[in-house]
Amino acid sequence: MQVGIISWGSYIPRFRIKVEDIAKANGSNPEQIKNALMISEKSLPGIDEDTITISVEAARQAIKNIDSKKIGAIYIGSESHPYAVKPTSTVVGEAIELGNNYTAADLEFACKAGTAGIQICLGLVKSGMMDMALTGGADTAQSKPGDPLEYTAAAGGAVFVIGKEDVVAVINETVSFTSDTPDFWRREKEEYPSHGGAFTGQPAYYRHVINATKNLMEKAKTRPENYDYAIFHQPNGKFPRRVAKILGFNEQQISPGLLVGYIGNTYSGASMLGLAAVLDIAKPGQRILVTSYGSGAGSDSFDITVTDKILFNQKRTKKVLDLIKDKIYVDYSKYLRNTQ
Amino acid sequence: MRKVAVIGIGMTKFGQLWKRDLTSLSVEAGVNAVRDAGIHQKDVEVLYGGTMSGGLFINQEHLGSMLPDYMGFKNIPSVRVEAACASGGLALRQAYIDIASGMHDIAVVGGVEKMTDIGTYSITKALATAADTVNESNFGATFPGLYALMAKLHMHKYKTTEEQLASVAVKNHLNALDNPNAQFHKKISIQDVMDSAKIADPLKLLDASPITDGAAAIVLASEKKAKKLSDTPVWIKGSGHATDTISLHDRDDLLTLSATVSAAKQAYLQARLQPKNIDMAEVHDCFTIAELLAIEDLGFVKKGKSGKFTEEGYTKIGGKIPINPSGGLKAKGHPIGASGVAQAIEAVLQLRGDAGKRSTNSENALTHNVGGSGGTSVVHIFER
Amino acid sequence: MAVPKIWRKIPEYYNLIGKLCPECNAKFFPKRTVCKNCGCTRMQDYKFEGKGKIVTYTIIRTSMSDPEQEINEQAARNIPYALAIIKLKEGPMLTAQIIDCGDSELNIGKKVKKVFRKILENGPSGVIQYGYKFKIDK
Repeated sequence: MQVGIISWGSYIPRFRIKVEDIAKANGSNPEQIKNALMISEKSLPGIDEDTITISVEAARQAIKNIDSKKIGAIYIGSESHPYAVKPTSTVVGEAIELGNNYTAADLEFACKAGTAGIQICLGLVKSGMMDMALTGGADTAQSKPGDPLEYTAAAGGAVFVIGKEDVVAVINETVSFTSDTPDFWRREKEEYPSHGGAFTGQPAYYRHVINATKNLMEKAKTRPENYDYAIFHQPNGKFPRRVAKILGFNEQQISPGLLVGYIGNTYSGASMLGLAAVLDIAKPGQRILVTSYGSGAGSDSFDITVTDKILFNQKRTKKVLDLIKDKIYVDYSKYLRNTQ
Repeated sequence: MRKVAVIGIGMTKFGQLWKRDLTSLSVEAGVNAVRDAGIHQKDVEVLYGGTMSGGLFINQEHLGSMLPDYMGFKNIPSVRVEAACASGGLALRQAYIDIASGMHDIAVVGGVEKMTDIGTYSITKALATAADTVNESNFGATFPGLYALMAKLHMHKYKTTEEQLASVAVKNHLNALDNPNAQFHKKISIQDVMDSAKIADPLKLLDASPITDGAAAIVLASEKKAKKLSDTPVWIKGSGHATDTISLHDRDDLLTLSATVSAAKQAYLQARLQPKNIDMAEVHDCFTIAELLAIEDLGFVKKGKSGKFTEEGYTKIGGKIPINPSGGLKAKGHPIGASGVAQAIEAVLQLRGDAGKRSTNSENALTHNVGGSGGTSVVHIFER
Repeated sequence: MAVPKIWRKIPEYYNLIGKLCPECNAKFFPKRTVCKNCGCTRMQDYKFEGKGKIVTYTIIRTSMSDPEQEINEQAARNIPYALAIIKLKEGPMLTAQIIDCGDSELNIGKKVKKVFRKILENGPSGVIQYGYKFKIDK
């Protein structure tokens, strides 16, 4: 039985702020920041948007032209669920008129909550427990003014429906690499996250992404050159490029899924939106590798093959590239107002 | 139906009256009206009190019991009437029906609102309950917002200009200069209105009536009692009342308050008069656009032409049909429940010849009181 | 709004589910139990697509902030915001905000379509109300 993605949907808020406007507010050198992080602007939510509204908009795109009443589960992953208790997933369920016959829960694992959701949905469908399951990753990331995270913390999300009929992208294999690594965290009642600075590099991001990817390729018996696309979690423009090089992937493979330069780090939405952007353009038969990363820490890696059913889906959903282009710039004061 | 007349009037000054509470305002107006009528407290048989919300403004309901108590009317039947901003006008109508039907012979009608004990946000929220809170206010429709939606469309459809809207405020402020009870005694110009802070495009601060405390009361009597007690009874010749959808978006025509059209029709029919026979009118100008819509819906000018009509001076004192010689809600003030009754008081003063410098030399007068964005409308016609 | 009230409005607020009169085919949003047209009381659920046109609009500029924490409610809207009466494709009109657009993009007659946004937050510890707003349909 072939199980995989049967449809997807994306949403990025319209507002953008340029890195140089944030740099000016902090009294920093804009060019220096842009070069260090390799990002030029990021997205931010409207004052009336949050992880729930983003998930709903993405989910509404994802259920176009599928029999959404067959969805048996909803799992939305985020670091910025509007409620600590009361799930995002049920609001999404109500907003897509799913009725009452489904299970749901919210997920949290820093930036990889969404991909963990994909694995859960795979299990539910593969085991025969249900025909379809919906998962998403979305965030309206918060950052303290003056903290380097301010340049990258962004807003956006993507939703995937996993199923076994009319599969547009078969998930051949998935492998994870997980450990207890305190690189980036936020305590229950704290407003902003804290992080270990340079510790977030080698022992955290690189260790998990590299191991997960290598283990996946071993299991799938593949090598980097077998893949048409490679998507890595993208906290900034430097990390994914560097890890791609280390693993043996080239600029052509990672470019279509590398969105951080234009929209920033959408946290739980990051790898998910990267994958969505690739699915928007992938051709039947092409092969995709995705490795997410969530602080705390873990990486989920996937080996995906696109089927010819993808062409129909590509016509009906809003493309990530169009969402990126549909933008309104705001200045720093409006940015603060919207994100407070 | 018996004939009914106004035989006494009394009102407080309108304004931000920090030292006064609701009962002291009501008592001043009520007692003055009773004195003006030349009767004693114990002659009053029934009280009709109009106020939009004792609950939201001063956390007090059961005003039906409280008001006659404090006014010195013992054990009488007393009714609190509510129709948002038309509470006063509707209280007047209910009292009129009471006496006309023969139930009672002498009634006091009061209208009162004490708005300023709570903060601006709470006031705005209270006023928003005159609209559909679940389907309008909840989505961001403030009161000025709803009237602004009407103004925007009137400007789009009939080419009404912001200056024409402003001319309503300018006229009413000018009229109020000669009204000692008015909240504002300040002359303003078109430019002043245009320069004032924008509230909801195209309406600006000076397009809007203010937040006001105040009370107004009148004494109504049956024909027999009126002729016995008063040398200057002012008769209610016509009374009309109608409702329309509470939400603006449910209306058949966003630019016609069909409640006004219907209420006016009833009043004209009963009084055997037509719009062209009316000498003056006190209309509900909660916003400048409201006065423009009112004079159209009351039949004084064709739909769409009210802007030009006002700009060219036809509605000033001395003009073809003076509108709001008292200063209107805009300059006299708008203590919500009191306004409908205060309009009747202006009609009576004018018809008695006691309006001083703002006299319009009228033989009849029409009053027009609206609730919300047009959900209720009450129209009365008075004659000497 | 009170919690039960918010919950009752969810089908209307999230999915524009109004009513259809089986007798005279009149459509209503928000829902009504009695047909305004013919008085029928057997109304059926009807989902509106969420597309429409601007009938009239205004830009609200006065603050709806609650600095003295009088009511402890945060309108999920920043002044200035655009408010409009929108005529849905299927006929009924409703009142809603138009979001994510500049003043010059607003015009009577322009096409709009629904989006899902926060409407109101009942303070930092209260329930969040979600519902419909509209954006310009390019």
